[in-house]
Amino acid sequence: MSTLTQQDTFQGLFAAAPENFLSIRTLGKESFLSQGLPAVKAEEYKFTNLSKKLENAIKSFSPALSFEITDSQVKSALFDGFEGDVLVFVNGLFLPELSSSIEGIEVAKLSEKPEAALGSIAKASKDPFAALNQASFADGIFISVPKKANIEKPILLLSFNKENVGQVIQPRIWIEVGDFAEVTFLDQSISLNDSSYFINKVVEIKGGVNSQINYYRLQNESKNTIEVSNIETDIQKDAKFTSVNISLSGDMVRNNLSLNLLGSNSEGNMFGVYLLNGKTHVDNHTNVDHTIPHAESNELYKGILADQSRGVFNGKIFVRQDAQKTNAFQQNNNILLSEDAIVNTKPQLEIWADDVKCSHGCTVGQLDEEALFYLQARGIDKTSAKGLLLYAFAGEVLEKIEEESFRNHVVNLIQERLGSKF
Amino acid sequence: MLSIKNLHASIEGNEILRGINLEVKAGEVHAIMGPNGSGKSTLASVLAGREEYEVTEGEVIFQGKDLLELAPEDRAREGVFLAFQYPVEIPGVSSTNFLRTALNQVREYRGLEPLDAVKFLSLMKEKMALVEIDQKLLSRSLNEGFSGGEKKRNEIFQMAMLEPTLSILDETDSGLDIDALRIVSNGVNKLKSDKTATIVVTHYQRLLDYIVPDYVHVLYKGRIVKSGTKELALELEEKGYDWIKEEVDSAATV
Repeated sequence: MSTLTQQDTFQGLFAAAPENFLSIRTLGKESFLSQGLPAVKAEEYKFTNLSKKLENAIKSFSPALSFEITDSQVKSALFDGFEGDVLVFVNGLFLPELSSSIEGIEVAKLSEKPEAALGSIAKASKDPFAALNQASFADGIFISVPKKANIEKPILLLSFNKENVGQVIQPRIWIEVGDFAEVTFLDQSISLNDSSYFINKVVEIKGGVNSQINYYRLQNESKNTIEVSNIETDIQKDAKFTSVNISLSGDMVRNNLSLNLLGSNSEGNMFGVYLLNGKTHVDNHTNVDHTIPHAESNELYKGILADQSRGVFNGKIFVRQDAQKTNAFQQNNNILLSEDAIVNTKPQLEIWADDVKCSHGCTVGQLDEEALFYLQARGIDKTSAKGLLLYAFAGEVLEKIEEESFRNHVVNLIQERLGSKF
Repeated sequence: MLSIKNLHASIEGNEILRGINLEVKAGEVHAIMGPNGSGKSTLASVLAGREEYEVTEGEVIFQGKDLLELAPEDRAREGVFLAFQYPVEIPGVSSTNFLRTALNQVREYRGLEPLDAVKFLSLMKEKMALVEIDQKLLSRSLNEGFSGGEKKRNEIFQMAMLEPTLSILDETDSGLDIDALRIVSNGVNKLKSDKTATIVVTHYQRLLDYIVPDYVHVLYKGRIVKSGTKELALELEEKGYDWIKEEVDSAATV
């Protein structure tokens, strides 16, 4: 157990916690104190030593406060071509006054929704960071998409983060999507300065029967951001959930993405790209739980790592005994651009049913020199040729983003980073 | 146009080219023949700038410029084109995007305006007809899932698009059936002019019935051991390479 776990260190966070959700918070606190922050050798955090990172970087374990931002700051943060509704957060706190009111959707601060079943999907007992958030989040957002609602425009969850003394930002998001409803969320955070702060985020998504949910996320924050997120989704019969997670920056980033397939004929997709440079460390831990027969999950993560960056991928697929006729596919491919870049990749399949189709694969390689020469021999300069090849590598994931403006935004960022425009 | 003098090149310490001398003038077609492992493809690769090969001696002057000093992309922009023996499959890179990027980079280097989408497409249509290549093929990823013949045709199509001064065809004929061979050769012949030159690297004489060379050179053990006209190719076809090997090997032991 890390020295950080001592109750004193976190006392500031616990003490500042509001008095709502009392039993839920107590449960979170107990769970956090019994788990502690991950020890150096903790299997789940083996390659991502967050405890040490936090010890060094975070000076004050107290909640980051809200701050003023203007409507024009919000507008200028929107990417080209975006047409949708915006929900604005500052340091994790929802700001209704700068947010769109979205027709047909109920949106409120969590503090106004004491009935929200926080922790029922992302359980505190499963992860110490989820537990810490549950114990001490300041406030959050409650989003409810009613039955049969077809929300055509995407909803952007736009967070502005800023802190000067290395404090803790704990967003808490609760989303429920009714039966047959369809909705797309975009999740993007913007760093307003380069200070190191710690984001400890929890998102819980409850998808009803035959609901269709997309959750696209772009992580492109300051190089000093330490971020842990627990995003967990339950979906019911005939529902479909697709996550695309793009990680481009940060100091140390850990994404726990979990999906529970609770009804037959449900489909879960988890896609991701991590394009890393400098000393950025990104760890994607995914977890799919097949609890029932006839469900399908697809997973594809691609990594491009330059400099001294590090990528970790751990993909767990759990197929329970009752989950016959499961189809589960998982793939993780990586390209290392430098000798100092590291990838640790691990598929983890636990299959208890006997009539299933499961596959997994992972690769770690370099850029294909033969392909590079071929492009150069046609007159394309080396930088563009590399960019073209790397972009093609990542493209297989990027084309999964169905929201066009967001896909273009991400494609532009990636092409810019790869030093080539096409 | 191209002047190769005493060219030596090696890969991983093994010397493959051991003193190549070759002069190619505008309007000429040179065939480089020779048994397997004689260094034919190495010569083509060295001219195009493949990095695995180390040039240890000699010089290559192309239109007054030291070719060996140039990066592969600059050689292409100067007008050297290598049709690959094994064209590379590149999943995720569309043929059209790739070609537009290549063509516009080449044009920029030559001081020409980039082609807009409309002009690019009409140029593509024109050149597609030349090598009888299907539009459908070009809407796919570069060479991905193409048959051997389709890949080779795509090479000649790219050549047509980039309008090189010197084209080097590295065993473009191998593996082609007679129809494909005819199409590919037709394409090459239509692209020839008195301002361009072609080096045809081949193991077989068959191609030279279609692309008629002005000169035929036999490469063996990294040197050009015999040069002649197209009749030499016919002689090789008939007699094989053994007599040349014997000639060279016995001369070496004297």
